[in-house]
Amino acid sequence: MSKFFSALLALLIAGGAYAQERFPGIGRPATRAEVQAWDIDVRPDFQGLPRGKGTVAQGEEIWEAKCASCHGTFGEANHTFSPIVGGTTARDMETGRVANLRRQDYPQRTTFMKAPSVATLYDYIRRAMPWTNPKSLSDDEVYAVLAYMLNLADIVPAEFELNERTIRDVQNRMPNRNGMTTDHAMWPGRGFGTERNKPDTRGPACMTDCRLEARIASSLPDHARNAHGNLLLQNRVIGPVRGVPTAPGDFDFDDAETGPMLLARESGCLACHGVAQKIVGPGFAEVALRYRNQDVAEALAGRVRQGAQGVWGNVPMPPQPDLKDDEIRALVGWILAGAPEK
Amino acid sequence: METNDDLTARGALRPAPENFLTPSQIAEVSKGRRDFLRAAFAAAGAVAAAPAALAQGAGDPDILEPLPWATSLGKPVAALPYGQPSRYERGLQRRQSPGLTQTDAASVSFTPLQGTFGIVTPSGLHFERHHQGWYDIDPRRHRFMINGGAPGMIRTPKVFTLDDIMRLPSVSRFHFIECGANTGMEWGNAAVPTVQYTHGMLACSEFTGVPLRVLLEECGADFAKGKFVLAEGADGSSMTRTIPIDSVLSGEVLVAYGQNGEMLRPENGYPLRLVVPGVQGVSWVKWLRRCELGDKPYGTKDETIHYVDLLPDGTHRQYTSIQEVKSVITTPSGGQKLLARGFYTISGLAWSGRGRIRRVDVSTDGGRNWVQAQLQGPVMAKCLTRFSAPWVWRGETALLQARATDETGHVQPTYGRMREVRGTRSIYHNNSIQTWRVAASGEVDNVQVL
Ligand code: HEC
Ligand code: HEC
Repeated sequence: MSKFFSALLALLIAGGAYAQERFPGIGRPATRAEVQAWDIDVRPDFQGLPRGKGTVAQGEEIWEAKCASCHGTFGEANHTFSPIVGGTTARDMETGRVANLRRQDYPQRTTFMKAPSVATLYDYIRRAMPWTNPKSLSDDEVYAVLAYMLNLADIVPAEFELNERTIRDVQNRMPNRNGMTTDHAMWPGRGFGTERNKPDTRGPACMTDCRLEARIASSLPDHARNAHGNLLLQNRVIGPVRGVPTAPGDFDFDDAETGPMLLARESGCLACHGVAQKIVGPGFAEVALRYRNQDVAEALAGRVRQGAQGVWGNVPMPPQPDLKDDEIRALVGWILAGAPEK
Repeated sequence: METNDDLTARGALRPAPENFLTPSQIAEVSKGRRDFLRAAFAAAGAVAAAPAALAQGAGDPDILEPLPWATSLGKPVAALPYGQPSRYERGLQRRQSPGLTQTDAASVSFTPLQGTFGIVTPSGLHFERHHQGWYDIDPRRHRFMINGGAPGMIRTPKVFTLDDIMRLPSVSRFHFIECGANTGMEWGNAAVPTVQYTHGMLACSEFTGVPLRVLLEECGADFAKGKFVLAEGADGSSMTRTIPIDSVLSGEVLVAYGQNGEMLRPENGYPLRLVVPGVQGVSWVKWLRRCELGDKPYGTKDETIHYVDLLPDGTHRQYTSIQEVKSVITTPSGGQKLLARGFYTISGLAWSGRGRIRRVDVSTDGGRNWVQAQLQGPVMAKCLTRFSAPWVWRGETALLQARATDETGHVQPTYGRMREVRGTRSIYHNNSIQTWRVAASGEVDNVQVL
């Protein structure tokens, strides 16, 4: 602890009033309502679970209206994320271990194949779903839609009502409830009683003649070579290496960035002019509108070069001595064309 | 591939024009057709009135001819109020891996490790992983709350504003952050072409913030009862993760607002994120709004359904958090081509969630023989370490590997060892030794040696 901290602490203890506070004036007590508003987590042991209820039938309506578009009518869709339902059996519900997880050839891992605790699903749906409108479901609606998902997964029957009591029975039928282990060395420190575990994958530290031959077990399949676009364009144009061209095309350093828009930005015009609206000076679109079909390019170029005042108000525009004539002409032409992005 | 003789004969002529030319134009130049050069300069708007063509062989036109940047006025100060990289650096960008995820707002973009130097990741190139899109949160409306999961855990639940947190004494520390799924596509076989996609869910920054422990103590935390901390984000996903109490008590877990000298970038959690050194990125909750002290782990969606490591017997390892010792060669690496034969510096990154890197060894023959690489200082705990090894390439095929050892003595495993223990279906925590194959043509590609 720094001297500063200790001195402050001593000072506070001497003062007596807020012995726990080392930093007076920093932070304030949270109100009960504030804590309630944000403390929405539900633990696997159901701590934090709100009261409420919902039936499979009620849940079906919510699912159809608010979830099926992304997750599929039966929770089977995998176009936005991994499918929710599938891959579990009645036997899994007895053992609490999903047999298909042992199969090396099983194509996918659905939510119900992995989720060990039903409370987690409640917690997650309440905080994060529907994806584009999270936290919009009431507690009862979360119970209902979860009841429907459990029914889709054959964990509860069609007439089931899920509530803060029946959810505990459901936990005893979760197909993968016994499928997790914390017996490893990858949690820092205490918590799971595994702090003495040794890492399981230590490599050899050998330096010479470590193996007879280096056999290549796998290389990039041909179709994957250019699946990430032209690798030439994903490297530098200088240095010890270049990207390998894996698709047609080469660097083009002269596109939009060198156009009049960039020149306007770099010359500081956009600090005072919006393209559409006035900032200090008129919006460039307004300028284009005002001088539509008039032959003013030369006159305006002169005003930009020398500075201007009085046409749009009393605020003056400073002169632009650093800009070359052709640059000013390009800028004015571009402004009169409505200042398009490219 | 050209010979060393070709190169010597042309001296330094080759590299400069190549910057502006297509490979076919370079071939023309090599044959002596310098008019291509001139056309390229004119096209770039570089030379308004080009002087008469130089006699062939007089020397490098970039030395002999007046260059626009030496003969005209440059741009004014603050032309770009927030500076940008040179346009010639456009190749180095964050990129997505097609087919990895199907929706942009629950996806990943990768850091271009093939082009970064040293250990710090420029903030604009820091990889992204969002579960429900990102927001640029108004920092004046952001609050951070600490409360207890049960009565007595926290004496006084409190709310802090950014003003509060930024008034407290701060620390600034360099740490790496790696997604638990980094190198996840490579569990079964070589799948992606470059180091950006194999290892690019990795970044390293200097983070500035306040130790979470200080804030917990300020609320009267009871660390005899509290064994786990829940961290929660303010975004749509309200991402939650269980944080190890020992990491918090050590003072290394930060409630951070600064990154590389400025505020966090919105994509990285502006204005507040958790920094959990050595632990996978998902625990570094972004847009941090709340921490809760509890007596049991929280089993959140991203520690029960995802970020669990599937073993061959069908069991999932849960709460696997530490990013174990790992390294990768970034130059030369997959999808690159060596310029010519001769001298190179093999360079790469090493890191460990258990502490400092003790040593890195490099092999050019696929792990049969190794030499010890140089570590570039400072070597910091739970931070990227840059290593390098000199190498003369004589045109032979080579299999480049790096193998790191951390201060606990843990040695990075081979793919063979890894698969023996953890199979091929885990997705997470793949720290196996990466192999880059250099072909006789100088092209480098991604292969796996067991
Ligand atoms: C607009 C598309 C969309 C809608 C609508 C939607 N979801 Fe999701 N859902 C997602 C995405 C994307 C994810 C993955 C989020 C992530 O990456 O963390 C997800 C994840 C989930 C998960 C976790 C699954 C897993 O294995 O990770 C559950 C459970 C879920 N949604 C339930 C629901 C429910 C219930 C509804 C309706 C109330 C719903 N979702 C509506 C897109 C949607
Ligand atoms: C410091 C602020 C400022 C900067 C920088 C600035 N302008 Fe202006 N500009 C103004 C103001 C103010 C006016 C209105 C002057 C007036 O009322 O006559 C104006 C007017 C104009 C007009 C309309 C002139 C007319 O007679 O209708 C054009 C065209 C223009 N600016 C172009 C530019 C360009 C191009 C640049 C950059 C090279 C630039 N401005 C930079 C403030 C600025």
